[in-house]
Amino acid sequence: MARVLSRVRLNRRKFLTGVALTGAASASLPTDVANAALETTPTASRPSALRPTAAVAAAETGAPQVSAQSGGTPNSDFMVDVIKSLDIEYVPCNPAQSFRGLHESLINYGGNKKPEFLTCTHEESSVAMAHGYFKIAGKPLLVLCHGTVGLQHAAMAIYNAWCDRVPVIVMGGNDLDASTRPPGVPTFHSGQDINALVRDFTKWDDTPVSLQHFAQSFVRAYKLAMTPPHEPVMLALDSHLQEQTLRDRSKLKIPRYVPTAPPQGDLNAVREAAHLLAAAERPLIIADKYARTPEGVKLLVQLAETLQAPVIDQKGRMNFPNTHHLFQNAGGQVLLKDADVILGLELSDYWGTVNGYIDNGEADGAGLQESRIKPNTKLISISSVILNTKANYQDFQRLQVVDIEMAGDAEATLPALIEAVKQALPSNRGAIEARGATMKNAWDDARTRTRAAAAYAWDVSPISTARLSMEVYAQVKDLDWSSVGGDRQLSSWVSRLWPMDKHYHHIGGPGGYGIGYNAPAAVGAALANRAFGRFSVNFQPDGDMMFGPGVLWTAAKHRIPLLSVMHNNRGYHQEVMHVQRVSSRRNRVASLGSDIGPIGTRLENPTIDYAKLASSMGMWSAGPITDPNELAPALKKAVQVVKAGEPAMVDVVMQPR
Amino acid sequence: MRIRVALAAALAVACALWAAQTSALAASAEHGKTAFITHGCWQCHGTMGQGSIMTSGGKRLAPDPLPWETFSAFVRSSNRNMPPFSEKILSDNDLADIYAYLQSIPRPPDVNSIPLLRQ
Repeated sequence: MARVLSRVRLNRRKFLTGVALTGAASASLPTDVANAALETTPTASRPSALRPTAAVAAAETGAPQVSAQSGGTPNSDFMVDVIKSLDIEYVPCNPAQSFRGLHESLINYGGNKKPEFLTCTHEESSVAMAHGYFKIAGKPLLVLCHGTVGLQHAAMAIYNAWCDRVPVIVMGGNDLDASTRPPGVPTFHSGQDINALVRDFTKWDDTPVSLQHFAQSFVRAYKLAMTPPHEPVMLALDSHLQEQTLRDRSKLKIPRYVPTAPPQGDLNAVREAAHLLAAAERPLIIADKYARTPEGVKLLVQLAETLQAPVIDQKGRMNFPNTHHLFQNAGGQVLLKDADVILGLELSDYWGTVNGYIDNGEADGAGLQESRIKPNTKLISISSVILNTKANYQDFQRLQVVDIEMAGDAEATLPALIEAVKQALPSNRGAIEARGATMKNAWDDARTRTRAAAAYAWDVSPISTARLSMEVYAQVKDLDWSSVGGDRQLSSWVSRLWPMDKHYHHIGGPGGYGIGYNAPAAVGAALANRAFGRFSVNFQPDGDMMFGPGVLWTAAKHRIPLLSVMHNNRGYHQEVMHVQRVSSRRNRVASLGSDIGPIGTRLENPTIDYAKLASSMGMWSAGPITDPNELAPALKKAVQVVKAGEPAMVDVVMQPR
Repeated sequence: MRIRVALAAALAVACALWAAQTSALAASAEHGKTAFITHGCWQCHGTMGQGSIMTSGGKRLAPDPLPWETFSAFVRSSNRNMPPFSEKILSDNDLADIYAYLQSIPRPPDVNSIPLLRQ
């Protein structure tokens, strides 16, 4: 290897030529010129340096062209001032020529602070980092991307953010003027209307054509993204507009950002709902993407306690403490079946909540569908999503008819609902208190049964998901921890066994269930937690990891403290089960090839060494661990690394779920 | 007389159950462990039949599996989320071996003996 490396020579003159020409003529430069800068010296007779051409000499020794534009400042400096007015902390980006003007202004004029540039290796990671960041910080990030190619990379993550009701400010560089844009690559990377790529799953978009237009649109984009329902927004940023010179700034104004009050449910509907809830014998509250802020958790506790009503937390957000006796996820199906009034708070899928679906191929392949509730159960919905629904993508799910539907933000509506419920409650609270006592017993029983269930397969290899969950908890329980990955694929053991009572104890899921969310979202959430000195821990599915492993490097580069524990079940396990199910249903033996799951679903032969992967990115790592008794020492070391401010990974070979 | 008939019937049922259990026990637990993997049972039930609330409705196959008749009938005729496994794709012998494997799985340690579960 050393011999090979020694033959690689950096040809400085050609390298500088490439840099200079790239700056002067942009990407019209043939790519082989830049690539040739780093080359293997082929023969000993070749001179050590080629004679520069006049153009090359001028490029190397002359003053930058931009300085000739005297008497002004770059337009993109003003854009930075607009961005800074909104207190955006970071810009996770993969660099691109189409926003080089703004990039330069951010790091030089803006001092690379608020926002600070974070180097990403894929635009999907950039957006997903912003996604995870928001769910901890409550503030959006700005993501810059190449207008066509970068935006296509980013699209899946934008869709996840859309489905998860998370604001991200996306700006795509674009060279709009076909008569002046550089030919070649920049034209491949330009579009007439790049926003069209993501218009179906962004709340708003615009293409500013002047600086004042930019200032208005950026502040408007931020405002719309941050008004519930939160959603991503998109701006196309013209390259030429960034690089033009601003000679008179005095007429430009940066609009002041004033947060928009979130929409609340209609007060008459609130009172009607309160009467139903107060009169109910078996009320049930179900929350999904409900708690936008820590205050939302407190409000839901207050409402539940007022009614002594059980709560099912669908965990789109950390909505309700699992330590509270009214947290009743374990008995959810029975509570649904018995409920006479159900209050749904920001449910992503109301139909799927109150109806069952059996994937058994009946009904000519459609599967069985059956109601989970009584025919006369009253349904109430408070959700802001109805205010912002689009047609193409089907994230709005099936239509569920409800009895009272409020188009409003649930968290903003809850204070009025709590007051209305208090007024509507009967003076004799005996039945309500009795309900609370029943729930207390049910909570205790569920806790006992959950602990007992966790003991099964405790000592086996591959390691059980319950065992891993509790081995990690033992190492972090005395820290101010935040679980920043999902735990559904761990059979939800983390949220079933770890006591969760703070809004940052978990951050929900991806929204659109597009794989590739978890790893970068965890890094983004850890970045937000870093400011609070919290310890971030992420249970990382292996399939998801491989969609964008470069985010490990971003975490190492920017010293984002995060403990990633690989849930390495060596497969796309959901698909393992799907193909097996269909094979059996069709009375065929599933072909496994050389693997232990259906062909095309397994990540084995060869297996992937995630510890080496992380190590190659500059991250401390351990594993793969197959013996559960080896978990504690490895995790203990990893925790020390993270506490010192660095990311770490422990790869664990696991049971499937 | 009626009592005698009832006792005889109960004895016959018990003998049939015993024979079925014995037949299953006579099968190969070791081969059953392999069959449990190759036929995909582990995918939803875990390699020790421990189950998951995500993939088996929280139901465990082992230890103490269902009686053989109930177990085998369910495998052959399930019409819920678990697909049926006919004799064509899962032989009677393999199914018996799988059952023997499930019977061989020991009970887990007492939950109160596991410090991590007492946190």
